[in-house]
Amino acid sequence: MIEPRAIRILLRIASSAVLVFLYLPLVILTIYAFNPSRLQVWPPTGFTLYWFGEAANNPAVITAVANSLFVATVATSIALVLGTLASLAVQRYDFFGRQTISFFLVLPIALPGVVTGIALRTSFVTFGIEFGLFTIIVGHATFCVVIAYNNVIARLRRLPRSPEEASADLGGNAFTTFRRVTLPGMGTALLSGALLAFALSFDEIIVTNFTAGAGTQTIPIWILSAIQRPTELPVVNVVALVLILLSVIPVWLATRISSGVEGARL
Amino acid sequence: MKPMGHTRFLALATVATLVLAACSGGPGSGTPGPSAQAELGDAEAELNLIIWAGYAERGEIDPNFDWVTPFEEDTGCKVNATPMTDSNNGVSLMQSGEYDGGSFSGDATNRLMAGGIVAPVNTELIPNYANIFEGLKLKSHNSLDGVPYGVPHGRGPNLLMYNTEVVTETPTSWDPVWEGGSEFEGKISIYDSSIYIADAALHLMTTQADLGITNPYQLNDEQFAAAIALLEAQKANGATYWGTFSDQVASYAAGDVVVGTSWQFQVNLMQAEDAPIAGVLPDEGSTGWSDTWMIAKEAKNPDCMYLWMNHMASAEANGQATVWFGEAPTSQAACDFAETLSPGHCELTHATDEAYYDKIWYWSTPQADCADTDDATTCKDQDDWVQAWTTIRGA
Amino acid sequence: MTDEGLSGTPREPFPTPPAGGQEPVIASPRRGLAHRISTWAYPRRRIQLGALLAAPLGWLVIAYLGALFILLLNAFWEKDAFTGQVEPFAWSLDAFVELFSNDVYRTIAIRTIGMAVLVTLTDALLAFPIAYYMARVASPRTRGLLVIAVLTPLWAAYLVKVYAWRTILQGNGFAEWLLGPLGFESTGLTEISYTWLVLSYLWLPYMILPIYAGLERIPRSLLEASSDLGGRPLATFRRVILPLVFPAFVAGSIFTFSLTLGDYITPDLVSDAKFIGNVIYDNSSLGNLPLAAAYSLLPILIMTIYLLVARRLGAFDSL
Repeated sequence: MIEPRAIRILLRIASSAVLVFLYLPLVILTIYAFNPSRLQVWPPTGFTLYWFGEAANNPAVITAVANSLFVATVATSIALVLGTLASLAVQRYDFFGRQTISFFLVLPIALPGVVTGIALRTSFVTFGIEFGLFTIIVGHATFCVVIAYNNVIARLRRLPRSPEEASADLGGNAFTTFRRVTLPGMGTALLSGALLAFALSFDEIIVTNFTAGAGTQTIPIWILSAIQRPTELPVVNVVALVLILLSVIPVWLATRISSGVEGARL
Repeated sequence: MKPMGHTRFLALATVATLVLAACSGGPGSGTPGPSAQAELGDAEAELNLIIWAGYAERGEIDPNFDWVTPFEEDTGCKVNATPMTDSNNGVSLMQSGEYDGGSFSGDATNRLMAGGIVAPVNTELIPNYANIFEGLKLKSHNSLDGVPYGVPHGRGPNLLMYNTEVVTETPTSWDPVWEGGSEFEGKISIYDSSIYIADAALHLMTTQADLGITNPYQLNDEQFAAAIALLEAQKANGATYWGTFSDQVASYAAGDVVVGTSWQFQVNLMQAEDAPIAGVLPDEGSTGWSDTWMIAKEAKNPDCMYLWMNHMASAEANGQATVWFGEAPTSQAACDFAETLSPGHCELTHATDEAYYDKIWYWSTPQADCADTDDATTCKDQDDWVQAWTTIRGA
Repeated sequence: MTDEGLSGTPREPFPTPPAGGQEPVIASPRRGLAHRISTWAYPRRRIQLGALLAAPLGWLVIAYLGALFILLLNAFWEKDAFTGQVEPFAWSLDAFVELFSNDVYRTIAIRTIGMAVLVTLTDALLAFPIAYYMARVASPRTRGLLVIAVLTPLWAAYLVKVYAWRTILQGNGFAEWLLGPLGFESTGLTEISYTWLVLSYLWLPYMILPIYAGLERIPRSLLEASSDLGGRPLATFRRVILPLVFPAFVAGSIFTFSLTLGDYITPDLVSDAKFIGNVIYDNSSLGNLPLAAAYSLLPILIMTIYLLVARRLGAFDSL
């Protein structure tokens, strides 16, 4: 530790302040998940578990959660495949346009969601593609590719080539080598990329708002429609609270995975 | 297999879009207008509607008001209702082709009919249509060339909603939201839609009669400029704008606003929570709306839509819906049913009082030809209104 | 790797499987399809490259760039004033004329870009102390907990967080209750400063994480060398840490800048101001698609330039 003690104390105070800032709305939302009144005004009027029951019995919520899980899983899988293929190409081969590819891969996540959203929506309407889970997945997979790509390419840069050469020497063809040497080497990168992509897809509202269509709801879409109806606001808080609590597990998992690798470096 | 060159892609894309444009044709491309469905088939599995918030309740807020679940149980059509923020939003949603129909006000219906987005209705397939008040049928906003395009549903005025603890005397004019509202600076709640320009024009009809405004939706350059000036003054006075009814209710509840323009629906909701809120129709009249259920030409579930339109014209559904929202029922049978839910409702909403509704200017679409027979007059059109509203809101 | 067995004698070309039915350690050369493809493709690097890139590029070009292209075509097409329907291939510059002739679009653009810069700088200032603490001061266990603590709010639904802020900021809300004695009074959800506050809040984790990763990558030896050479903490900070963490800051800023540039939900919910995202969203949902598409060119252009600059500054390696 080369930082002087005064600085360290200041840092500790500053960090605590930032943490309070980060969690203030979450505390508020927790309070209101137990608030009897339908109108979210301060101060809260009491304590009740009524809304938890309402949320559990709400078929729209259950469908929305199922849809969200399905969409996130499929979109993440597609993103992993496409991202891995792209990163293998960019990292292992030297060709004209290499830089451009990483640029274009970042574009879907760097351009504002509203632009991506109406572009996709206009295209779907133009080509008569019916809105539904498929269109949502297309949108999500597109901007999740870069997450998989970034994680995998960072790992590929550090993976030694000799095990792969050894595998080839021992008679393994390209597919075998990939399956048995490269893929396990990338394993944790894929996992952390998958977790991040999953999180992004699960909470995505802006692009999904344009690509979902009339009858399909993911959790953020359900929240958007429910939050505008007075009776549903407390239920929304309950659902959000439960999701946050459940999400700690994958987040903890992700940090364990990535820290295992980081810890190996200085 | 090199990656596709940029130019090659552009060529392919252009060809693709050309092919599509050729195949789709457009409503204005000389194809004959849509015709009404001839007969009722088997009900499909679902129904996608665009509605005004509060028009498709399933008992979540108040278990006594649920006209969706009985419909779903009877017909097997699962209802997915999407609320629209204003008529412009509703028209745009319909253009996507994903919806089977919806409840549209006069400023949307003309555009939908002219654009061939909605189809006429075959009233023989809607038994309950016969019971509807004659005064609502075949009006300019729900028919074209004598052909009915929808099933009427409720009408009502835009009200002045105020906090009774702050505005202690019942207002008799719209002054509190305009010039007289300086005491309410920063606490005025205004509907966030270009159609609100008509309310400014309406106010000018009394305060600046020399402008000669005869129809608040068809304004010439001078009248329009005066209306915009009035709106800018209102904004300078700290008006806030609401897009969804729940936002407005939340701001009234928090005390952020005390006076503004609203619907009976919000007044009802807040009074149910014992908030000190009331609504009033000022003496000079108001803008309002007369809504119609319309079916999309490209509806994927047309039979469900017909069943829904018939259902919403029935005494029970219409009675419940109109009491819930605070609008006038569309038939005597619905009136009678409404009496059981809320005595005096029919009289309160002037359901049979056509003279009352002469004071109400239903939402209509501004048109360049002023929607009159005089060729010499030109008015600001829908685009001008939306652009002007964007300028006011965005500045 | 020499081809000798453990005993030093040359290995047999086709070893018999060991007793016990285990899979041979060395794969015997099979003549399967996969093997034949692999052998055939081995010297043909370009075909390998093509095979790898076909799917991702194909997807990107068709699903994304194609969609953008169609959107931008709409910017040049005419819209019927009455019905609001776009007429394909009716070329017209109406949308652009409207954008340039009406000052409000310039006002909104400046307001949005200004807000994006402000939010980025605010987040950088808020993120740095905690990122530094996590990267260099905290014990490994605390660090792990802090990372989880910073990531968790990202899992809370966007809308719910904004609505919670509404409860805090509205009249008679939490903020007024807490800070009332200090003279704070809420003016209702109309202040543009509330948008600044909430947007800075929402994107803060996106700035903390890259800066944390960037700070973590700085080897301790570098900092020790700096102090060995006589640099006091401030000098070390200014001349060693800041330059090294700058690419990470730029990486984080890509998110804060672009997310602010296109956001339309938060300005709508906590203020009355209109931003670029609002104009695009309002016009797309109000039936003026050409105008929405034309205005979209602005954030596309801004972000493309931003990305090119960011790449030059090394941000792509810190994403």
